[in-house]
Amino acid sequence: MEIDARSSYCSNETETKVASVTARRRPTQDTKKVNGDYVFRCLTTLFALSILAILALMIYEMTGESMPAIKAFGWKFVSSREWDAVQGNFGALPYLYGSVVSSVLALLLATPLSIGAALFITEVAPGRMGAIVAPLVELLAAIPSVIYGLWGVLVMAPWLQSTVQPFLIEHFGFIPLFQGAPYGVSMLAAIFILMIMVVPIITSITREVLLAVPQSQKEAAIALGATRWETIKIAILPYGKSGILGAAILGLGRAIGETMAVTMVIGNAPNISLSLLSPAYTMPSVIANEFAETTSKLHASALMEIGLILMVVTLVVNALARLLIWSVSRSAKGGAA
Amino acid sequence: MIHSVTFRKMKNRLMNFIMLACTLAVLVPLGLIFFHIVKMGLSSLSLDFFTHIPAPTGEAGGGMANGMFGSAIMIAGASLIGLPIGILGAIYLSEFGGTRVSNVIRFAADVLSGTPSIITGMVAYTLLVVPMKGFSGLAGSVALAMIMIPIVLRTTEEQLKMVPGSLREASLALGVPFWRTSLKVTLRSALSGVLTGILLAVARIAGETAPLLFTALGNQFWSKNVMQPMAALPLQIFSFAIAPYEDWHKLAWAGALVLVTVMFALSLTARYFGRTKQAR
Repeated sequence: MEIDARSSYCSNETETKVASVTARRRPTQDTKKVNGDYVFRCLTTLFALSILAILALMIYEMTGESMPAIKAFGWKFVSSREWDAVQGNFGALPYLYGSVVSSVLALLLATPLSIGAALFITEVAPGRMGAIVAPLVELLAAIPSVIYGLWGVLVMAPWLQSTVQPFLIEHFGFIPLFQGAPYGVSMLAAIFILMIMVVPIITSITREVLLAVPQSQKEAAIALGATRWETIKIAILPYGKSGILGAAILGLGRAIGETMAVTMVIGNAPNISLSLLSPAYTMPSVIANEFAETTSKLHASALMEIGLILMVVTLVVNALARLLIWSVSRSAKGGAA
Repeated sequence: MIHSVTFRKMKNRLMNFIMLACTLAVLVPLGLIFFHIVKMGLSSLSLDFFTHIPAPTGEAGGGMANGMFGSAIMIAGASLIGLPIGILGAIYLSEFGGTRVSNVIRFAADVLSGTPSIITGMVAYTLLVVPMKGFSGLAGSVALAMIMIPIVLRTTEEQLKMVPGSLREASLALGVPFWRTSLKVTLRSALSGVLTGILLAVARIAGETAPLLFTALGNQFWSKNVMQPMAALPLQIFSFAIAPYEDWHKLAWAGALVLVTVMFALSLTARYFGRTKQAR
C-alpha cells in the first residue's frame, strides 16, 4: 500500500512535471518563434530602408537649400562668371570650367597609363611580379586625398615652379596653354595630382575587367600564332572594351568630386584662362573654402546649388560607369556558363 | 595585311616595353609620395607628437594628440551609427532580398558611395549644424557614417551571400528560429569577411577630410565634448600643410606618416582576416 501510494505519487508528480513543462514550453516557444522572426524581419527591413531615407533626405536637403539661388539666378547661374558675395551676385562658370578642364585632362593622361599598367600586370608580367604590383596599386588607391594634397603642395608644386613650368614657358610658350608666369600652384598642378590619384583606381578596375576575359579567347588567338601584343589587340582589348571605358568614367567621377588635394594645389583663383599655368578653381574647392564662412543666405544657397550640380553630375557619371562595368562582368559570367 | 615575322616580333617587344613604361610611370609618383612621407615624417616625428596639442604660431614643437583623439571619437561615433544600419541592412538584402525593393536599396547604396564626400558634409551641416547652432563632433560622426554605410552594406551582403544555403537549412532543421539562424549561423560563419569590410570602411573614413570641414570644423585645443567643434587628424594635416610656417609643415608630415601607418595597418589586418577565411 505504502509503496504503491508512494510510487503513484511519484509517477503522478513526474507526469505533471512533464506535462507542465511541455504545456509551458510549447505555446510560448511557438509565439516566440513567430514574434522573433517577425520582429527580425521588420527590424532589418527598417534598417535597409533607412539607406533609402538617407539618400532621399540628401536629395531633398540639397534641392531645398539651393532653391533660393535657383530662383534668384536661374540658368544665369551656370553662364555667369561673376561671384561677388558682397553684391550678392553669384555665377558658377569659373568653377564649372575648372572642374571640367582639370578632371577631363587628368583623365586623358591617366587612362592610357592605367590601361598599359593593367595589361602589364595581368598579361605581360611574370606571375610573381604581377602579384606584388597589384596589391601595391590597391593599397595606394586607399591613401587619403589630404595626403596627396600635402605632397602636392609641399613637394610637387615647388618642383613645378622651379623646373617644369619655366621649361614649358621657354620652349612651348608660343602655345597659349603654356603662357604666363610660373606660380607652382596652378591648373597644371591640379591635373597632375588628379592624374596620380585616379591612376590606381582605373588600373585596379581595368585589371579586374581583364581578369574576366575568358581564357579561351586568349588561347584562340595564341593558337592562330598571334604574338602577345596581337593577342591583347585582337582578343583581350575588344572583349574588355566597355569595361575599360567604365573604369575610365568611374575615374572621371572620382576626379570631379575630389576636394582636398585639388583645393591645396590649384591656387583657388576664379579665372577662366586658357593657360594651364595660371591658378584656377573647382566646384568642390569653392565649397570647401567658403561654405563654413558664408556671408549671407544667398551665398550659402549658391554654394548648395554648386553642390547639387556636383551631385547630379557624379550620379550620372557613376551610373554610366557601373552599367558599362556590369555589362562586361555579366557577359563574362554568361560565357563561362 | 600580313607583316613579316620579325616586324611582328619587334612590334611585340616595343609594346611590351611601352606597357612596362606605363607601369613604371604609375608607380614612380606613388613611390615618391611614399618616400617623402616616410622621410619627412620620420624626421619630424617625436614623442611630443602623440602627447601634446599644437603649439601656438611661432613656437616650435607641439603635437597632434587632440587630433588623434578627436578622430578616434568621431570614427567610433560613425561606427555606432553606421555599423548597425550597414550590417542589418545587409542581412535584409541577403536573407529577405530578391525583391524590387532590395534592388532599389542596392542602387541607393551605390549612389551614396559614389557621391563626393564633401556633399555628405554639406548635408550633415544642414541637418545638424544649422539646427544645433554650432559645429560639433557629432555632426562629423554623422557625415562619416553616411560614407561608411554603403561600404559596410555591400561588403557584408557579399560575404553573407557566400555562406552556403545548406548551413542555414541545417540550423533551421534543428528547430532554430530564422532570426537566430541569421545572427548565430549565417552572420557568424561570414564573420571574418564582414570584419574585413568593417576595417576597410574604418580605414576609408579615417582619412576623410572634406566631410569634416564644416561639421567638426577642427579645434586647436583639447576637445572632449562631442557637441563642440572637435579636432581631427586629417583636418589638422590640411590646415598645417597650407599654413606658411615651416614648423607646421613638419607637423603635417608627421601627421601624414601616422595616418598612413594606421590606414596600412588596418588594411593589412583586413587582408589577414580575408586570407584566413579563404584558407578555410
